[in-house]
Amino acid sequence: MRRNLRTIWMVARREFIDQFRDWRIIVPMLLLVSLFPFIADDTTRQAVNFMNRFGGDLILDNLVPFVVLVIGFFPLSFTLVVALESFVGEKERGTIEPLLSSPLEDKHMYLGKLLVGITTPLVFSYASIGIYLILVSRREVALPSAYMLALILLLTFAHAVLMVSSAIVISVQATTIRAANLLASFVVVPVAFLLQGETVLIFWGNEDVLWFAIAGVTLLAGLLVRLGLAHFRREYLLGREIDTINLKWMWRAFRNRFIGNAKSISEWYRNEIPVTLRQLRQPLIIVIALALVGGIVSYTWVVMNVPAYFDLSPDHITEIRTFLAENLSNLDRLGERLPAPLLFYYNARTTVVFLLLGLVSFGTLGLTLFIVNIGLVGGVLGAASLVGYSPLAVFVVGILPHGIFELSAVFLATAAMLKTGAQLVTPQADKSLGEMLLISLADWFRIFIGIAIPLLAIAAVIEIYITPWLIKQFFPFL
Amino acid sequence: MIETNDLSKQFNHDFWAVDGVTLTVQPGEILALLGQNGAGKTTTVRMLTALLKPTRGWARVGGHDITKNPQEIRTNVGVLTEQHGLYMRMTGEEYLDFFGEVYGLEPKIRKARSDYLLEYFGLTESARRRSGEYSKGMKQKLALARALMHDPSVLLLDEPTSAMDPESAQLVRNEISRLRSSKRTIIICTHNLAEAEALADKIAIIYRGKILLNGTLDELKRDVLGPVEYEAKFAEAFDAGDLELPQGATLASRSATSLKFRIEAPQAVNPKLVHMLTSRDAPLVSFHEVPRKLEQVYLKTMADAQGGTYAA
Repeated sequence: MRRNLRTIWMVARREFIDQFRDWRIIVPMLLLVSLFPFIADDTTRQAVNFMNRFGGDLILDNLVPFVVLVIGFFPLSFTLVVALESFVGEKERGTIEPLLSSPLEDKHMYLGKLLVGITTPLVFSYASIGIYLILVSRREVALPSAYMLALILLLTFAHAVLMVSSAIVISVQATTIRAANLLASFVVVPVAFLLQGETVLIFWGNEDVLWFAIAGVTLLAGLLVRLGLAHFRREYLLGREIDTINLKWMWRAFRNRFIGNAKSISEWYRNEIPVTLRQLRQPLIIVIALALVGGIVSYTWVVMNVPAYFDLSPDHITEIRTFLAENLSNLDRLGERLPAPLLFYYNARTTVVFLLLGLVSFGTLGLTLFIVNIGLVGGVLGAASLVGYSPLAVFVVGILPHGIFELSAVFLATAAMLKTGAQLVTPQADKSLGEMLLISLADWFRIFIGIAIPLLAIAAVIEIYITPWLIKQFFPFL
Repeated sequence: MIETNDLSKQFNHDFWAVDGVTLTVQPGEILALLGQNGAGKTTTVRMLTALLKPTRGWARVGGHDITKNPQEIRTNVGVLTEQHGLYMRMTGEEYLDFFGEVYGLEPKIRKARSDYLLEYFGLTESARRRSGEYSKGMKQKLALARALMHDPSVLLLDEPTSAMDPESAQLVRNEISRLRSSKRTIIICTHNLAEAEALADKIAIIYRGKILLNGTLDELKRDVLGPVEYEAKFAEAFDAGDLELPQGATLASRSATSLKFRIEAPQAVNPKLVHMLTSRDAPLVSFHEVPRKLEQVYLKTMADAQGGTYAA
């Protein structure tokens, strides 16, 4: 451990020397730190005057925390410059090869560079925040509480880790700073959106909600750090694969993985699909567990909180039940308004969206959307119980007939998506990020085409033609 | 010692950068790896430094397998890369100290090694200047000093004297010769054929990833250019007429004042040949081996490989 830390520090120290002797990095950062707090302070003064004249207490109360968040972010934009310079710059200038030829381990190089990429911009960012707070403290404006300030500093730190780790992932894929800068927009744009979202949270006025942002950003940053560690390998950094896109090979690798050794469709179902299913055991257990937790939490939340917002007096419940009973005949026309093929398309599209979100977030966003969907089922059952129906009976009659197919399909596809995300951030010997992505995608498509599509088709037919009939038949007993 | 067997590397799943390289370099031996740009020299060196994993075949460097013991290999190998790879904002002294630390040398040893190398390569006066201010030759010398900093038992040097003035190049060649005599195993990748000829014990020519030739310079000359040629020079025009040459000698070419012979076994044949010429009162001024350069071997080999013709 001690030796590891010493080696990481050795790499970082050299980077610091390099960085602090490069005026192209230091001068703009110093300018940002010394000028921007004054500009922000003056802007605050004008905003306070404006709002004192025309009103806007909510904005006024949260103005300083918002500016602190923004002012802390500007120097952080240098994390990209520092990280790209440190990784791709070394590749481009050829200085990385002597380093890679040395006994330094990949993780030491990676973590040393990560440390520098985060530290310098973060120090400037905190300095900038400090100067601004000193300046703004002279004005008659609400200053953020120590708790709020700590949350924003924490969030700023999480931003720094997120941006540097993203920049490193980009750096591993690029051989020139120009290419890396182009790819860096994939970091800047989402982080800008993220900042807007966090601004909304700050103006919302609930400090504790910021914890969700901190947790989310930290989780994503952690996954990106792991992704970087998994793929920061000598072989890959010096190989030539990253300079070219071999579409023929990509297609061949995908096809070979998708088809496997099968000679026919029946052989594929007999031999290949079971292999992929066995590999999904662990992610499937996680998905089922999360679905249960999501469903139960959602059910409980609805049961406990909805009565506070809605009139659930016996009279009103009777009204609702009567309304539902009178409108049961509408279920006969369900197929006209929502034909089975359209429902199938919607469900298949949702499954693909899970995958796409999962791909950009290593499974986390896809999984979140999945939990939200399952939460809706729990919520519906909770609502049913509030109006006096048996949630179990509603589930058995109204959800299970088609759900047994639909949920199986969605659970399996989500498990495959989770496995894809996990594989991307797991070190794989002799496999590049691109190869891992192709293999994982091929596995996902095996599940999607081989199992999910047929199950979703069956589910759509049942949901439109059988479930409504069952609900009508069993409605009096629910 | 360096040993490779069928060492091969495929890039992008369809391009063999190195294809079946089999070599042996003993301690105290220098192998010069010659070839065009993109022939596979750098990829071979990168595999030998455990930077790239071979797609096929194996290699042992200093007794360690390149795939099984990469860390041991990196500790024992000194590499001079194609690009000097200096950190331009570090001074020469800092740069060597940093790499000494990377290789796990104690501060005192680092200082001693760094001082010695800076002194040897004539960089002491510039030791505290940033390497970005160095001339090309100085940069190359500092990069070489880095490769030697941890006193490695195996050296892989890519163009060690490129960009150097003649004196510096000679200095580097002397250092390489000294390292050979202290039983280091050395591979040099170079385009400088005269340097390869002067330094190397063995020469390998690589073309499109494959080794076309591998052996001592004499072996290569014999294999590529044929038997050794000797030239007899005469003081005045000499009409040799129909010479009855001893067995193992053939007439390669003739002019009024000289004759060139191709000799299979010089030690046995030459005395007989000289005796034959003098007994025929030839006004013999000199009888010497026709010098043949590595350049001729290289150019002929490359011409053969490319299906062209080589004009000597």
